[in-house]
Amino acid sequence: MSMLKHKIVDLMQEPACAVNQAKDHKERKKGCAKQLTPGSAAGGCAFDGAKIALQPVVDVAHLVHGPIGCEGNSWDSRHVFSSGSQLYRTGFTTDLSEFDVIYGAEKKLYRAIKEIIAKYDPPAVFVYQTCVPAMTGDDIEAVCRAASERLGRPVIPVNVPGFAGSKNLGNKLGGEALLEHVVGTMEPEFTTPTDINLIGEYNVVGEFWQVKPLFDELGIRVLATFCGDARYRDIAGSHRAKAAIMLCSQALINVARKMEQRYAIPFFEGSFYGVSNMSDCLRNIAALLVKRGGPADLPERVEALIAREEARVSARLAPFKVRLRGKRVLLFTGGIKSWAVVSALQEVGMEIVGTSMRKSTQGDRERVTRIMGTDAHMFDELPAREMYRMLRDSKADIMLSGGRSQFVALKAKTPWVEVNQERHLGYAGYEGIVNLVGEIDRTLANPIWAQLQARAPWEEEGAA
Amino acid sequence: MSTVSKGAAAGKACAVNPLKMSSTIGASLAFLGMERCLPLLHGSQGCTAFGLVLFVRHFRETIPLQTTAMGEVTTILGGLDNLEQALVNIHKRADPALIGVCTTGLTETKGDDVAGYLKLIREKHPQLASMEVVPVSTPDYVGAFQDGWARAVQCMIEQLAVPSKAKTAWQVNILPGCHLTPGDIEELRETVEAYGLLPIILPDLSGSLDGHVPETFLPTTLGGTPLAQVRRMGASALTIAIGEQMRPAAQALERIAGVPFQVFDRLTGLAPCDALHALLAQISETDAPAKYRRQRSQLQDAMLDGHFYFGGRTVAIAAEPDLLCALGHFFSDMGAHISAAVTSTHSPVLVQLPCTDVRVGDLEDWEQAAAGSDLLVAHSHGRQAAGRLGIPLYRAGMPMFDRLGAMHKTSIGYRGTRDLIFEVGNVFIENQHEPACPTDAHVGISGCAENCSHADAAAVSCH
Repeated sequence: MSMLKHKIVDLMQEPACAVNQAKDHKERKKGCAKQLTPGSAAGGCAFDGAKIALQPVVDVAHLVHGPIGCEGNSWDSRHVFSSGSQLYRTGFTTDLSEFDVIYGAEKKLYRAIKEIIAKYDPPAVFVYQTCVPAMTGDDIEAVCRAASERLGRPVIPVNVPGFAGSKNLGNKLGGEALLEHVVGTMEPEFTTPTDINLIGEYNVVGEFWQVKPLFDELGIRVLATFCGDARYRDIAGSHRAKAAIMLCSQALINVARKMEQRYAIPFFEGSFYGVSNMSDCLRNIAALLVKRGGPADLPERVEALIAREEARVSARLAPFKVRLRGKRVLLFTGGIKSWAVVSALQEVGMEIVGTSMRKSTQGDRERVTRIMGTDAHMFDELPAREMYRMLRDSKADIMLSGGRSQFVALKAKTPWVEVNQERHLGYAGYEGIVNLVGEIDRTLANPIWAQLQARAPWEEEGAA
Repeated sequence: MSTVSKGAAAGKACAVNPLKMSSTIGASLAFLGMERCLPLLHGSQGCTAFGLVLFVRHFRETIPLQTTAMGEVTTILGGLDNLEQALVNIHKRADPALIGVCTTGLTETKGDDVAGYLKLIREKHPQLASMEVVPVSTPDYVGAFQDGWARAVQCMIEQLAVPSKAKTAWQVNILPGCHLTPGDIEELRETVEAYGLLPIILPDLSGSLDGHVPETFLPTTLGGTPLAQVRRMGASALTIAIGEQMRPAAQALERIAGVPFQVFDRLTGLAPCDALHALLAQISETDAPAKYRRQRSQLQDAMLDGHFYFGGRTVAIAAEPDLLCALGHFFSDMGAHISAAVTSTHSPVLVQLPCTDVRVGDLEDWEQAAAGSDLLVAHSHGRQAAGRLGIPLYRAGMPMFDRLGAMHKTSIGYRGTRDLIFEVGNVFIENQHEPACPTDAHVGISGCAENCSHADAAAVSCH
């Protein structure tokens, strides 16, 4: 346990984390061990977070060491796509029984790993530790080591009992497992002067595939993604990249920084959401690659591509501008996506009547303030009841949020578009922003909203 | 009769593609069928988050579900403080009539004495007196979803039901198992009421999770069984339990209040529906309403029309014991054969199933045994196997996250059984294999090519 504790303290004080940077020295020393409030907490646990970060490694067997609640209640429920192996969608768990809790389940875990390798022959097995076996003292690190040696296959321990902390901490602990056991263990078949890593890209609903053609066209090779549509081999050889883009700042910042430290891979923070963000990403990566000895004409080619793509997007968004101008949006999403989406919506003339800053850093706040010209419409918290009232009183024409608040909007008979990880449409890149605006337009234009406002035949005049 | 075995190979250590879900969230779903209730999972916040996402995706509703948010230190010290804070916070914020406290593997491994904690908390916080709190022990490592549901209902009865000497002849308790959808419960309520009887349904998902648009927004359940009704259950003339899982709860009420009970292991199929209607006619001392006479006749007709497509077909089913029982007998009643039966937990109903072997296992066991079958039946997680095997999947049970209307699917009663025959029969019809066309089949003027391509086009599909 002390090993895990050490790791957590280390992560809590992550120097590259924007939230930490914004704190003064005293605050920073305390770390981000924010206490959850029993009875009014929301969100997943550390195990959940690690699974979100690592499960997109598609050819690996993800084995959950715990009772049925951890995997049985949650498997195959995330919309991350694979271009090949479907093994990541198979649910593997030791499904601990009362007997295992009393007598320990290290042997059972070993046998489970052995069964998986015999039946499914994956390049590696990731073993996730959960609360119950962590409490009974199953030493998964030792079991994984023994299994690796005897079975001749990498078996990676991911020590993430749910009680260790939040989903976000779990993302980072998952990243640590990769740094400790995977990155740098294999060499890529070949390298190029334009090899890059994408850190914090999960290929949700295949949206990375909307961006990949741009890199392909520029001759930039994505050596590894952490971890969207990734193969074990890619991650293992990712230490040879020349540069990296860090995409979801809160999630895997530790991976980006430590890879810079250990393998001298420079990185910058970017986003594929929004036209200007996408263009900035391409510009910045080109500049970094040139600095690292990449082709000198790369920035020029990037500018040409950006000019072409931005003109194309602009033309494709034009018809929406007429239809969406002045529509009021309530935007509820975490962190980096807020400002990315805000600028995109303003581009088509929509008005932001409120946005949440729940997972945002000080930098995110400043950006939103700059884009919107005011911080008047930022909410830190908006309880479901308040949100429902706002929507029912028609303070907004549409809400954009994650699935959690979906039914608050729908029950208030308000148009709603999904913008978090469970969505069904990719919003990344130039293609994605057209998707998002198109989806907003389709939703707003749907004739059901007017029909739902009609009174029931038995309702009195003037009743709600 | 069938034999019950565990795991595919003896001593399989790794469950692959779980069929089973935890008893913890089974219990929490039972509480979601109570009025103004907030289920509270005593564990780490992930325990709640997973259950929440699962229910949201199945019912397409907001789901009130809270957590005591146990961390490392509180896990070591015990969960008294967290439970206390959670109850006080919830009372202040949401003011529910009932909190159902479901324990998890985490707090059970630690050995938290929840009943003892509750006593201490009540002494310290007299303001909580107006709020009922029912604790249920549901470690994830014991039993499955339906066990948790059954246990929660039993605990509610044991804590809330009151003995009553005077019985109300027209009042009937209904204890639905977790395999009944809100649509099934609605059907059952209408049936009981049609005989002039007053049903008390515990728990009643048909009020809380039937997918309606409420006029207001509450942080607790909206609809469901009121506590006052549970307290009146002791005055009922009879308890009708649906699913073997509900027997212990029915027994508890008999013990406490002397209410006799009858368990129906299923209400899908002609014979069990006949038995239900005979019972209702007997206790209400009325004849079966004309509506049900017509529906019975419609079911007979559906059986006649449908048996062509069911007869001799092989079906592989993966479901929790009581749902497996209902579906297994349904297919067998219609002349189909069960080629594989896999379930999540042990139950007395398993040995009665009309197949040779029932396995307590996972969807990997099911997929292996299902090869060559005409139809697969499982919850939505069966979709990957269906794709690999190229066999149509009929979705039954929870979770059903890739279909609309899971809550309204009705498969009990004459009408529900009739519709189930049509729904499944249509899947059989759509996937009929036409005889292969021999190359020298060409006779007369019409070519064989179009027939053959027609047969090829009969690709695997399901409603």
